Amino acid sequence: MGKPSEAVHDGVHAAVTRAHREEWARVVATLTRRFGDLDVAEEAAAEAFAAAVEHWRAEGVPPNPGGWLTTTAQRKAIDRVRREAKRGDKQKEAQVFFHDDPPEPVGAIEDERLRLVFTCCHPALAMESRVALTLRMLGGLTVAEIARAFLVQETAMGQRITRAKGKIKAARIPYRVRSAEDLPARVTGVLSVLFLVFNEGYLATGADTDPVRQDLTAEAIRLTRLIRTLLPRDGETAGLLALMLLTEARRPARVSATGELVSLDEQDRGAWDRALIAEGHQLVRERLASGIAPGRYQILAAINAVHTSARDARDTDWSQVVALYDQLVRIDPSPIVALNRAIAVAELDGPEVALATIDRLGDRLDGYHAYHAARADLLRRTGRSTESRTAYDRAIELAGNSGETAYLTRRRDQLG
Amino acid sequence: MQYLVSVLCEGPVTATEEEEAAIDVFNDKLIADGHWVFAGGLGEPVNATVIDHRGGGEPIFTDGPYVESKEFLVGFWVIEAADLDVALKLAAEGSRACNRRVEVRPFL
Repeated sequence: MGKPSEAVHDGVHAAVTRAHREEWARVVATLTRRFGDLDVAEEAAAEAFAAAVEHWRAEGVPPNPGGWLTTTAQRKAIDRVRREAKRGDKQKEAQVFFHDDPPEPVGAIEDERLRLVFTCCHPALAMESRVALTLRMLGGLTVAEIARAFLVQETAMGQRITRAKGKIKAARIPYRVRSAEDLPARVTGVLSVLFLVFNEGYLATGADTDPVRQDLTAEAIRLTRLIRTLLPRDGETAGLLALMLLTEARRPARVSATGELVSLDEQDRGAWDRALIAEGHQLVRERLASGIAPGRYQILAAINAVHTSARDARDTDWSQVVALYDQLVRIDPSPIVALNRAIAVAELDGPEVALATIDRLGDRLDGYHAYHAARADLLRRTGRSTESRTAYDRAIELAGNSGETAYLTRRRDQLG
Repeated sequence: MQYLVSVLCEGPVTATEEEEAAIDVFNDKLIADGHWVFAGGLGEPVNATVIDHRGGGEPIFTDGPYVESKEFLVGFWVIEAADLDVALKLAAEGSRACNRRVEVRPFL
């Protein structure tokens, strides 16, 4: 194969990848509104992206890839509905002619993708189904990718998504939120889903996956921003946005040239995104000034504000961080919060004190890689190399992120 | 679109006076807003009889409900609602009125 054609292939591949990141959710959302069926929307979108690879290679990338994809997906959807109608389903046949009617009133939310978020995050669906649907319909992840992200079998994940879509259709979960008063009640569930999506991007799972999936973090931030414009006075929405921005700000310094995660104390703080930090700090200040008791996301954002205010790791106000974790423990007494608090305590009172706390969490966190990674680090700092090595081994075994595995392996191999 | 709102119960089947009154208010509202299709209360499960006449022959009658459980169906509403959000809102009001858990299921 000659070079020019390879270059064309590369160019088309890049264009399709970019279009997938930028346009998937919009194509699915547009088709969902038009056909009133998530299955039709999703499959037609997938077919359109597959067709793009072929057509764009032959004819070049169109000037408006999103428009091309939406039009193609709509054609595929109409074909599909017609095919099914021919099999005798009169209702489907009616839909073919119905879709040119003006769209149904859409309720309180203008952005189509956001309406799709509220459908995928409907409280009548199980939490795990909401996350899976959001990642599939909004994030455009394949079922295999989502299965890997949540460590379940692909067939099980496929069934979970199919069941959820089936319920949306059969129980008639609407593709809209009816009124602005309904929004605050729904938003808590949406925020937890978006936080899970962000985390999956920030610490992506899978040995063959990039350690950071910016497509997911960017998608989570974008959708959280949209929700904030709808609910400007909702403290937790502002808190979650601040938390995401302050975490995302550190991304440029978080992965080394060799694909290894760089821990907070070793990061080049000059590479942090100052604009995102300023925006995040502004949101945190705004919440503090409100005088309203903060929720979980606001406290986590405040912790991140302390980290991003320090010129270097030693300059960090650890007593402030521990005080914030104390506040968090009161509203969320989970072992994971206790673990993170102990890591901060190590900086304030030394690794021995932190180890005593951490060892008490072992029963409940034995399957959690971050528990063993934190323990390995503390053991290393107290000079207990053999135990540290064992803890690193266990952390490496459990870690699902390629950058983290590389980091942990190096730290283990540095032990004397 | 129609939904079955099943009323689940653990204790005595008869509603208290306050519950009866609240149910009446809720029913009137369902009727006024065009959601009413049908509703009814059911007798105790011990008064149920299960019949099996699959495959013909002599039908088999069994005393008692088809499934033994602490909770049982004590009544139901069939409501007309545009979508699940409307149905859930009504079901929540119904649960409050009759002071019992309810289950919402769409008709096919």
